[in-house]
Amino acid sequence: MNAPAYNFAYLDEQTKRMIRRAILKAIAIPGYQVPFASREMPMPYGWGTGGVQVTAAILGPQDVLKVIDQGSDDTTNAISIRKFFAKTAGVATTTSTDDATVIQTRHRIPETSLHENQVLVYQVPIPEPLRFLEPRETETRRMHALAEYGLMHVKLYEDIARFGHIATAYAYPVKVNARYVMDPSPTPKFDNPKMDNCPALQLFGAGREKRIYAIPPYTQVVSLDFEDHPFEPYRFNAPCALCAAENSYLDEIVTDDKGSRMFVCSDTDYCEGRQAAGHHGSMSAAPYKEKAQGEANG
Amino acid sequence: MADQDLLETDQPLLVADSLSKSYGRIAACRDVSFSLYPGEVLAIVGESGSGKSTLLQLLSGQLAASGGQVSYRMRDGITRDLAALGEAERRLLFRTDWGFVHQDPAQGLRMAVSAGANVGERLMAVGWNHYGRIRESASDWLTRVEIDVARIDDAPRTYSGGMRQRLQIARNLVTGPRLVFMDEPTGGLDVSVQARLLDLLRNLVAELHLAVVIVTHDLAVARLLSHRVMVMKGGRVIETGLTDQVLDDPREPYTQLLVSSILPP
Repeated sequence: MNAPAYNFAYLDEQTKRMIRRAILKAIAIPGYQVPFASREMPMPYGWGTGGVQVTAAILGPQDVLKVIDQGSDDTTNAISIRKFFAKTAGVATTTSTDDATVIQTRHRIPETSLHENQVLVYQVPIPEPLRFLEPRETETRRMHALAEYGLMHVKLYEDIARFGHIATAYAYPVKVNARYVMDPSPTPKFDNPKMDNCPALQLFGAGREKRIYAIPPYTQVVSLDFEDHPFEPYRFNAPCALCAAENSYLDEIVTDDKGSRMFVCSDTDYCEGRQAAGHHGSMSAAPYKEKAQGEANG
Repeated sequence: MADQDLLETDQPLLVADSLSKSYGRIAACRDVSFSLYPGEVLAIVGESGSGKSTLLQLLSGQLAASGGQVSYRMRDGITRDLAALGEAERRLLFRTDWGFVHQDPAQGLRMAVSAGANVGERLMAVGWNHYGRIRESASDWLTRVEIDVARIDDAPRTYSGGMRQRLQIARNLVTGPRLVFMDEPTGGLDVSVQARLLDLLRNLVAELHLAVVIVTHDLAVARLLSHRVMVMKGGRVIETGLTDQVLDDPREPYTQLLVSSILPP
């Protein structure tokens, strides 16, 4: 009766072992999708059930967790996952990219470059990069096994034929370690170059599709392209309206119904850090009004 | 060079040796043997259920035979048993040195992607990585199969039946295969479209020096395209020979029946 309601980090130890085995296999074969017995989590599919299971399996009591959703630390998804682990594992949480040891992310890679003692956990909705071209799972598995990736270029070809350039802006397919073609989860293609030769371990969990895959540290990750239509990261041509950053990924925010808009960094921690360091954009509020959110939570 | 050409046409490309296939007690295909030479068109005719399509699947390595073997002379000149090839090799063969034209174009095409990508897919699969060149090659092939190049970016689902079939042929020929399998390529098309397609096929086959195994129940197709005919019934080859010989002077009663059942024009 007095048994604790939850094991450390919610999942029971046998489940964690099962997930860890899948993770180890995924690390051993970079980019390969390892099936695992995904559990029901106390949140709906599409809210990061895969990422949460991976995080739960690798989290230790000493870890410091950061959770971002589209680059932001303060959206519903990010806050509830952070609270979930604060409650079930009692680990420290942070919004600072530098201080975190485990970063769970949905749809972005932080702007601050990662270091060797970090693990980046991605939430993945559809792990199979060939899925929309080839609906049969048996067939896509065979294509991966035999490295038949001509079909992936068919998609890029279609983009150019229709739009004149490769219009795929997110979930842009990459080739990992010159072998497996992988879906980098719906991150903007702006983030693709950050995956290449990254010092941090990158883990991908897809809960509904029951797949885990990984990019070990310092692994080659190449975005697919054509010789005459090379890969180009996309970014709005504007500085951040709050911190004036010229090289970060921007969100477009519509500010009225007359066509006005502002562009701000999607990575809130990065933006706040820059503002604290004295950078100001064209629309930033007076400095006394906004204190960096990260310090309050940390 | 002349010697090489001679060698090239002198040895069989595809050899079937007492092939058989049974599904439980039903023998779909029994003891079929033949050799196919480069540039030769072989028609397999027979009624429904005579084992034509099973034979075609056995020959193209899509179905494992219960007995006998199929060997193919690869581009390097070495003849190999298809069953002994690894899956990767077999699939590579299938999308480079072979073609397979299905009766229903929807099976052989990707209906949702543009005609250009359909033709270019095989090129991309063998590592072409230059959009301009892939597109150039695709337009070239569309022209050769008499499809308006202006429709290169339309999906085949907007094409008519005859155009789809021609697109499927272009898609198969783009890698310069030496052997093409065809399963009732004119089935389901109206007579004038059939005639145009057959005419196109005949020209392409002669021009590209293709070896073709064509399965059909339409003797007119066999007469127009093929050099040799094999007549099948109940899973066995009952008669084989030059097309004119078999169709003008059929020996077996069944073949006589088949030939006489064509309505006079």
